[in-house]
Formats: sequence, C-alpha cells, structure tokens
Amino acid sequence: MPIDILMPALSPTMEEGKLAKWLKKEGDQVKAGDIIAEIETDKATMEVEAVDEGVLAKILVPDGSENVAVNTPIGIIAAEGEDVSAAAAADPAKINPAAPAPAAEAPRQEAAAPTAPAEEAPAAGKPASVPAQAKAYDASSEFPAGAEIVSMTVREALRDAMAEEMRRDQDVFVMGEEVAEYQGAYKVTQGLLQEFGAKRVIDTPITEHGFAGIGVGAALSGLKPIVEFMTFNFAMQAIDQIINSAAKTLYMSGGQMGCPIVFRGPNGAAARVAAQHSHDYAAWYSNVPGLKVVMPYSASDAKGLLKSAIRDPNPVIFLENEIMYGKSFDVPKGDDFLVPIGKAKVVRPGADVTIVSFGIGMTHALGAAEALAQEGIDAEVIDLRTIRPMDIETVIASVQKTHRCVAVEEGFPQSGVTAEIGMRIMEAAFDYLDAPVARVTGKDVPMPYAANLEKLALPNVGEVVAAAKAVCYR
Amino acid sequence: MAVAARQSKAPAPSKAAAKPAKARSAKEGAGQAAPAPSNVTPFTKDEDLHAYREMLLIRRFEEKAGQMYGMGLIGGFCHLYIGQEAVVIGMQMAAKEGDQVITGYRDHGHMLACGMESRGVMAELTGRRGGYSRGKGGSMHMFSREKNFFGGHGIVGAQVSLGTGLGFANWYRGDNTVSMTYFGDGAANQGQVYESFNMAELWKLPVVFVIENNRYAMGTAVNRASAQTDFSRRGVSFNIPGEQVDGMDVRAVREAGQRAIAHARSGKGPYILEMQTYRYRGHSMSDPAKYRSKDEVQRMREEHDPIEQVRARLIREFKVAEDELKAIDAKVREIVNDAAEFATHDPEPDASELYTDILLEPAQG
Ligand SMILES: Cc1ncc(C[n+]2csc(CCOP(=O)(O)OP(=O)(O)O)c2C)c(N)n1
Ligand SMILES: [Mg+2]
Repeated sequence: MPIDILMPALSPTMEEGKLAKWLKKEGDQVKAGDIIAEIETDKATMEVEAVDEGVLAKILVPDGSENVAVNTPIGIIAAEGEDVSAAAAADPAKINPAAPAPAAEAPRQEAAAPTAPAEEAPAAGKPASVPAQAKAYDASSEFPAGAEIVSMTVREALRDAMAEEMRRDQDVFVMGEEVAEYQGAYKVTQGLLQEFGAKRVIDTPITEHGFAGIGVGAALSGLKPIVEFMTFNFAMQAIDQIINSAAKTLYMSGGQMGCPIVFRGPNGAAARVAAQHSHDYAAWYSNVPGLKVVMPYSASDAKGLLKSAIRDPNPVIFLENEIMYGKSFDVPKGDDFLVPIGKAKVVRPGADVTIVSFGIGMTHALGAAEALAQEGIDAEVIDLRTIRPMDIETVIASVQKTHRCVAVEEGFPQSGVTAEIGMRIMEAAFDYLDAPVARVTGKDVPMPYAANLEKLALPNVGEVVAAAKAVCYR
Repeated sequence: MAVAARQSKAPAPSKAAAKPAKARSAKEGAGQAAPAPSNVTPFTKDEDLHAYREMLLIRRFEEKAGQMYGMGLIGGFCHLYIGQEAVVIGMQMAAKEGDQVITGYRDHGHMLACGMESRGVMAELTGRRGGYSRGKGGSMHMFSREKNFFGGHGIVGAQVSLGTGLGFANWYRGDNTVSMTYFGDGAANQGQVYESFNMAELWKLPVVFVIENNRYAMGTAVNRASAQTDFSRRGVSFNIPGEQVDGMDVRAVREAGQRAIAHARSGKGPYILEMQTYRYRGHSMSDPAKYRSKDEVQRMREEHDPIEQVRARLIREFKVAEDELKAIDAKVREIVNDAAEFATHDPEPDASELYTDILLEPAQG
C-alpha cells in the first residue's frame, strides 16, 4: 500500500511552510529514518525523515515550493516492486484517507456550546437552566430520624469526622504540619495519633508544596489523603499542586486518574494576624473546574460535609475558620450522618428578603436576621455550605419568594463568591427581582493589623442589616 | 577560665534531638563544625560592652512585649527572640553600613539590631499610628527602608528568595553590599530555599544565609523534620560553603559572620552560617511547650546564656564594676519603658488609613 509523505508542522502554530529541497530523487530506495527533504518557515528549518522503507515513488511537491500547507501530501513511498505508476496517478487525498483534517479549531468551538450539567456553571452568556419555579433543597431529613443529639464544637466535629472515616477506611490518612505529636496547631487532630499511629497521622516538615504534591500522588494511586494546611494562607505555597495536579489530572487523563483528596484547614481572618495570615480563599478555589469547595458554618455541617468530602472521589477544598472552631452546635450522634456536598440549607425561613452566606459569614447573616425581625422585616437565611458546585437553585427558589437578596462573605468584593451569586440570580431570576442584588463583603484592602482598622475591614451585622433594608426600600 | 570551658560546649543536645546532635558533635571532633571557642578572636572591652548593651536591649524589649501581650495591648501572633540575641548582634557587628537584613516573623531583635527605634517597633506591636508600618503590619510585618531592614515576613521560607533578590540587586548595581538573609531550621526545608541557593551560587550573588537553628520549628524538633540536620551542609550540592557556629557566643558569631560577609562581598557568592541557638520562650505566645522539658530550657539558660557569657567576661576579664553594668541595665530599661509608654498611649491609626498604601500612583510623564 503506498504511503503519503505529509508536509510536517515545525510548531503547534505552523500552518504552512516552504519545501526547500528534496534530498532523494524519485526511484531512490529509502529506509525509515532517512532524511528525504528539508522544509523551512520564517522561524526554523527542519529535516523530513522517511517513516517507512520502500521506494520514493513520486514527488508531488517540487523543490522550492512556497506556502505548502501542513498535512499536504508532498510525496509517495511505495513498497519495492509495487506499481508506483498507479500510486502516482491516484488522487493523493484518496490514497491516504486517514490523513487528519486540519480541523483543530472545530472541537474547541463545540466545547463552548451550552451543554453544561445543571449543577455546574452555565457557559458564559447563557442563562442558567433553573426551572421557572425553582425548588429549594430540603435539608430537614439530614439528621437521621431518632438520632441522639449532642452539643459539640466545630473542632470536635471535624476531629470525629476524620476519626470515623479513618476507622471505616484504611486508605484514609492525615498529613500536615504539627498534626500528630503536637495534636494539631489548632487541636483539630487531637487524639488521632494516639488512635491511628504515626503511619496514618503524619507530621510533615514545613514544606507545603512538597507534601501537597505527595498527597496528590498518593491519591492518584488510590489512597485517600487528608492534607491539613496549618492555615490556607500557607496553601499558597502548594497551590500549583492543588490546581495543576489535583484539579486537572482526571480531565487530562480522559477519566482514568481520579484524585480522592481533601485539603483542609482554617481559612480567612482569625484575629489580629494581619494581611499574610487572614486571606479568605473561597473565591480562588471556587474559580477552578475539577475541584469541589466546601465551607461549612455549623458543627453538624462541618462533620457531615467532611465525611462526605473524605468519601468523595474528587479533590475537595475544605475551608474551616479558626474563630468557629470553639463554637458549639447540635450534632446527631452516629457514624452514618452525612451531609451532601453541593446542597445549600435554608436555616431560617422568611418572606421579605433572602440573605445568603456561608462559613463565618453566616454569623453576620443570622445576626442581621435577628435584628431585622425586631424591625418587622422577615429575612430568609440560606447557608450555601458548598461553594462549588453551587446550589443556586435553592437560592433562586428563595428569591422567587422574597424578590430580594443580600449576599454576604468575608472575602474581597471583586470576583468574589457574592459576585457570582448576584450574577447567577440575574441570569436565572431577573424577572423575579424587585431590587438589585446587594452584597456585603470584606473591604477591598489587605487585612490591617491595628484593631480599629481590622474591625473596619471585616463585614458586620450592621452592614448586612443596612443592605437588607436598602433592598427592601426601607 | 571556668566560663571559657563552659563556652566550648556546643548547646547541649536536647532529649528530642539526641541522635543528630550527637552525630554533629562527632563531626565536630573531626574538625568539621563550629570552630572551638578557644580559637575565637576575643572581643575588646568596648566590643563586649557594645554587645552586652545591644543584646540586653533586645532581651528587655522582648520581656516587655511579652508582658504587654499578656495585658492585651498586643494582639495576634507575637514571636519572641529571647535566647537568640547573640546571633543578630554578632552578625551586625560583622556587617557594614548599607548591608541589608531580612528575616521571618521572629523579627523584633533584628529590627533593634538594625538601629530601628524601640518606640516605633513597640508601637507597631500595639497597632498604633507611630509604629513602623503605621499600625498596619503588626509584629510579623515591619520594615525600614532607612535602616535597610526588609522585613518582617509571615510566610515561612518566603524571605529566603526575597533576601536572595536583595543580593541580586546588590550584584546588579555593583554597590558592594551584602544581603543577610535569616531563616529558621524549619524554614530551611522549604523548596524555594534550594531554588534560591542554586541561583545565588550560579550567579555568585552576595548573600549570607543565616540559618537560626533554635532546634524547634513550633513543636517539631529538628530531627523530626530534617533528613540532614547539619544545616551548614545544606548548600553542599550547590557548592555553597557553610559553617556551624556556636550561636550563643556573640564572638563566634561575629567571627564567622566576618568570614561569610567577606566571601560574599568579594564576589565569591553566597555563604551559609548555621547558628546553633535556642529560644527560651514558646514558639509564639500560645505555645503549650509540651515538646521539650523545663530542664532542657533551664540548662540552656544557665549554661549558655549569650548575655550572661558577656557579662561574666566583662566582670572577670575586663574588671568592669557591677555598678557600671547596673547603669547600662538601667539605661536599657529606661529605653524599653519609654517605648512601652509610647506604644500604649499613641493613638490607633486614623480610619482613613484603611484605604491607603494599597497601590502607588504611577509617576507622571
Ligand atoms: C508557609 C508557612 N507554613 C507554615 C507557617 C506556620 N508557621 C509559622 S512559624 C512556623 C515554624 C517555623 O520554624 P523555624 O523556621 O524553625 O523558625 P523559628 O520559629 O524557630 O524561629 C510555622 C510552621 C507559616 N507561617 N508559613
Ligand atoms: Mg526553629
């Protein structure tokens, strides 16, 4: 079977070039690897090697031809004794129908078509596929029926979630700075070393980029690491492994390489620790396909969501908050309590205005709802719980009822999570709104150290109340 | 004599770090590590008096900061330098005007050693407008362009690349200054340290890497985090020379510092000094300190205290009267009390400061 020699590309962007010179004549014997021609572009020169052995049956494009398109047949190699005249006479395109069409652009356009699954972000510019009457997720049955309810801190809930999952699955292990002997810089891993031993509760050196990568590698091979960052500020050292390795490998491997890993630790402002230790990364990670991003507020959500995160076959960014660690909430007893990732929760039903937040932002949202009740405004408060995938439908269902929305976060305003919430509401429920969506965020400044400035930099109940009144025109 | 004999011991190995510390002293026997203090160039009386006063200022300042933290005047993290004073003072005695200093968050001592005002440092700790960062940076993030102090950095290891960049700028300008880049034994494991080592040697940048090995990174003893606990050898694969130094002896620090700085300044490239030192206090103010024994701390204080060593020398060798030392003590306390007073009463920054210093205006034209 005669084989086409195609005009090769010297670089990913090359579209055409010059066939400078043939180094073999028609009728010459060629072996695989023999250099048969030279081609040129304005940037470089390259030698063309024969890919098979046989006879150079026909030269289709002569020496010195300019503007030869990549993938054009430039010659034909035939087997010894083969009827080269027939090959030479044939239409090049028919001789080698398998020659790839120069259609690299085509699939890219297709990918932009609005075929995104309902839960994921709709393609740019396309309205979200939220039904005309959205349905809120019903979290009322999350607590198992008849389960004993105990009060525990967020810290204890996180610890129990890890301990239960480590008992259940030998592949789960914890690594991070000071997680073992010191019992956790914030005591979240208290007692784990004693119960599970040093092989499964591992103190690392201060080498975030390295141990995050080691965690991702272990996850690619099937283990289920929980990587603790002492705070998410330090995950900045490791963010390349989180984004480029953990988030993208499943896609790049065509679905072969799942990465079941949890990156967790305190996120956002603590108290008076200034700009390098106070950053809220919710919006950052929420920007990345291939990650799930969870940011619980209550202890029960912390527990139920962390257990789901550990069982999840995907990389999950689990954002905690130092100030919340010591706060107590009702939590159902028992190992089988799970909270699904990707579902928001209506924590306070109301009719007049929707306040949506997540993580520590919920303290401002709930505080504002109380204060607004005093003034006769009945706020519905939604805890997003998961940032990505975002349960916008529960928010929309609420907005269809209240027609007003205030979104609250401690992070920065530009490209923040509340910016996303506002946009998604506009895309899906613009006609339901009686006022523009308002947001209350951290101020657009690095976190200052001084006590008075730090207070000004963070959102507070008063700002949420004011925003709620503004959207109610009160 | 008794004092000198005591000084000849490297800091006693801790229980937690027993193994690597022993291995190190075996090497010391082979003449690889810290030069025996008997070979250390003695200080003149004036030098000892200077070192005494400077180290005492840091000690008293840090004690006061600890008290003020307890009173709620200082917030957030506050990492004290008590015990490590000889390192930065010895190095500054070896440096010359114009050389830069950069370090991590355990930075109060470095700032005082660079000649920054006690008032301005303390007022930054309390978050007041008279602080070096006008209250915006706090304990971990303070700077003084005037004194060539480039911070004050909260991210462990980040200052190592930055300090290498200071060295790069020195090389670029050919201005004969040296960057003194300080970091801890814990920071020494960060990847960017080695990326920086490689470039520093490759381009022969004038940087002295000062590793303050105080044996612990938070609650982690050196041997639990480091495969190579001889930090002076951390540059071996890049051909960077290194030494282990008794970082509790200010004379040993200065002498090693002079060697390292001369090497860097003469265009031969970077140099690594592992300062074997010890922090007496917790990592920061909220440290349960269960990772080491009280005995260990006590032994260090009693047998290796950098200030006591100088004090004893001043009395025994230079016959300085107790009264003269007391006068220095009183003077230092006065400076520190004044700083505390200032930092307590200085007002907080104006609210408008929230939105300043985020970006600079580009120059016109
Ligand atoms: C990148 C990063 N990871 C973790 C931390 C938290 N942290 C602050 S100090 C410290 C220990 C550093 O120890 P070492 O380098 O030995 O310095 P020392 O505190 O002993 O002076 C840790 C883990 C941080 N600030 N930055
Ligand atoms: Mg240390």
